[in-house]
Amino acid sequence: MNSPLNSLGFSKPAKDTRVVVAMSGGVDSSVTAALLREEGYDVVGVTLQLYDHGLAVQKPGACCAGQDIYDARQVADRIGIPHYVLDYESRFGQDVIDDFADTYLRGETPIPCVRCNQRVKFRDLLNTARDLGAEALATGHYVRRLGGERGAELHRAVDPARDQSYFLFATTQEQLDFLRFPLGGLTKPETRALAERYGLEVAAKPDSQDICFVPDGSYADVVAKLRPGAIEPGEIVHVDGRVLGRHEGIVHYTVGQRKGLGIGGIKGEGEPLFVIGLDAPARRVVVGPRRQLARARVLVREVNWLGPALDAGEELAVEVKLRSAQPPAAATLRLTDGDGAVVTLAEPQYGVAPGQACVVYRGDRVLGGGWIAGAEA
Amino acid sequence: MGSDGRVYLDYNASAPLKPGVKAAVVAALDLVGNPSSVHGHGRAVRRAVEDARAKVAALAGAAPTRAVFTAGGTEANNLALRGFPGRRPIVSAVEHDSVLAAVPDAPRIPVDSQGRADLDALERLLAGGGPALVSLMLVNNETGVIQPVAEAARIAHAHGALLHCDAVQAAGRLPLALADLGADLLTLSAHKIGGPAGVGALLLGEGVEPEPLLRGGGQERRRRAGTENLLGIVGFGAAAALAAEDVAAAPDRAALRDSLEMRALDAVPVARVMGAGAARVGTVSCLALPGASGETQVMALDLAGIAVSAGSACSSGKVKASHVLRAMGADDSLAGSALRISLGWGSTAEDVGRFLAAWIAMARRLGLAQ
Repeated sequence: MNSPLNSLGFSKPAKDTRVVVAMSGGVDSSVTAALLREEGYDVVGVTLQLYDHGLAVQKPGACCAGQDIYDARQVADRIGIPHYVLDYESRFGQDVIDDFADTYLRGETPIPCVRCNQRVKFRDLLNTARDLGAEALATGHYVRRLGGERGAELHRAVDPARDQSYFLFATTQEQLDFLRFPLGGLTKPETRALAERYGLEVAAKPDSQDICFVPDGSYADVVAKLRPGAIEPGEIVHVDGRVLGRHEGIVHYTVGQRKGLGIGGIKGEGEPLFVIGLDAPARRVVVGPRRQLARARVLVREVNWLGPALDAGEELAVEVKLRSAQPPAAATLRLTDGDGAVVTLAEPQYGVAPGQACVVYRGDRVLGGGWIAGAEA
Repeated sequence: MGSDGRVYLDYNASAPLKPGVKAAVVAALDLVGNPSSVHGHGRAVRRAVEDARAKVAALAGAAPTRAVFTAGGTEANNLALRGFPGRRPIVSAVEHDSVLAAVPDAPRIPVDSQGRADLDALERLLAGGGPALVSLMLVNNETGVIQPVAEAARIAHAHGALLHCDAVQAAGRLPLALADLGADLLTLSAHKIGGPAGVGALLLGEGVEPEPLLRGGGQERRRRAGTENLLGIVGFGAAAALAAEDVAAAPDRAALRDSLEMRALDAVPVARVMGAGAARVGTVSCLALPGASGETQVMALDLAGIAVSAGSACSSGKVKASHVLRAMGADDSLAGSALRISLGWGSTAEDVGRFLAAWIAMARRLGLAQ
């Protein structure tokens, strides 16, 4: 006799279903673990040691655990689950931090959280979960995984303010089949209320800000430390060819940036100036008026496709997000040979930055996405 | 097997407290006073400490006055390595971190592929330098490999050097005698022989006096300041007195370990026993399973109710690749795939059977065995 499906979609009792929870020490993943534990699952907590906390806070020698690992262990003890810390420092360094520095130096603007999900959490940790005999890996991401006709589908979270689907576009179908996101139907206040109810000490812990290995928000400092001597000064040039000033390295700039150009206004020109492009080989920051930022076509590389089967050249009406904080924009998408795509925007978009993600939606469903390689007016 | 149904095979990390030790410690809880006090209470406590000292010294055939109690093996190793500032330290590459980190710049004696120290290399390191202090463990904590300490001592002495021997993992496994080993300094730890954690001892050969690390009162004949850890010391004494029974049981335990290794290799042919070509104590098996990280194996076995270890764990529980196996020439993937199974006074054939069942099932799940 088959048991009815449990909440994670397996036809057996919760207690016979082992699920690994990726616990960061924050409130979201802590509540994820507590929820599953309360439902009676065989929950195993795992926390990744991703970087040397001592180095990040400029206090070398602080052995191993930062506050987050300590918090995760406290929560695991509190809810009564086994908990392990995995040392992923070297692979995080190679697969995420090095990529972060190199992307900046290429004149692009990286999203290391996507790389971390893609190359660390959903690859290596997921494999470890399988090795431990788990049926699923659960995380505290605000995103929904819904059963579809052809396997699991990735959908936006119920709470639009918390939706993290933009950062999960690179999740493959195989990974998605193994993953679970129990918080996708909750709002943040609901999560915090659950943390209170479970008596978790992290209930009031502030949300993590920015990038975990850049605690003070100074990306350029991190790049300078990782690639000594690679940050070189150069010229700030107007799109019309005029040299307007000098800069201390292109890593300090992002396409679409307006403030902090360090050149002030230009006499006789009423229009404010924006960063239009970054020319890494020539070490140039190209600036111009806002209209120069308008882009109608976006070239995308390393596309991960979760949507319906699409022949190369076939066009599909979709919505795309070109930045995490931007609302979706109507577009048509065409997959190209290899793993590329061309996105044609219904209305021009401003501040399309190479290195950021182009994530493709249809309604709430994530159809896939890729990295922005370039854009055309 | 423990009363909770879990199997404990991690004696080299810490052995369960022996019942006889527990009784001695419980009795000592009723003692009142500071051993340095003049009054009758103080004298009674002093007697308990000195009684324990005699037992601990006897464990390695030393005179009672030559035993210095410390807060564990780490402090004893630090006292030995840093207590002779006029001597240049030379350490083996497979020493415990408490030796390696105490003298981080010390040249290291390499080991062969089976983990045995290269004594020709020791000769070369000793030649043509000032007075030295050689540190060579008797039994390696990860592999159980027995080092040629007596021979190393002869070489060291011929060059006017002192020899320190970390015997923490040898006590209760091998008969110990300071004189036979030729050691000038020898480290012991209580919790590796069924005593409480947090107490150890450094035994000193005749005429050997390290400079103290801790200064303050005149305790331990001015070699180690601080009020004595009465409960720990009494427990250590009781455990030391009981260690002979473990040495006597060594052949039976070795047979258990040998059957574990034979059955493991039989079921999982890709597995390897590290250091199997060297003389080893019979309580340890360092079992590598190429293709599976030691870290994952420890977790999977823990979830199956079996406690073993991989590499050496730091305070957060994160596992580091083994410097011991690397020194033996193992590449990162082989060194990172090793598991340490260590037996002791409470281990049974059932424990070994349950370990094997879980380990073989895991190897099959990982696709590493039929």
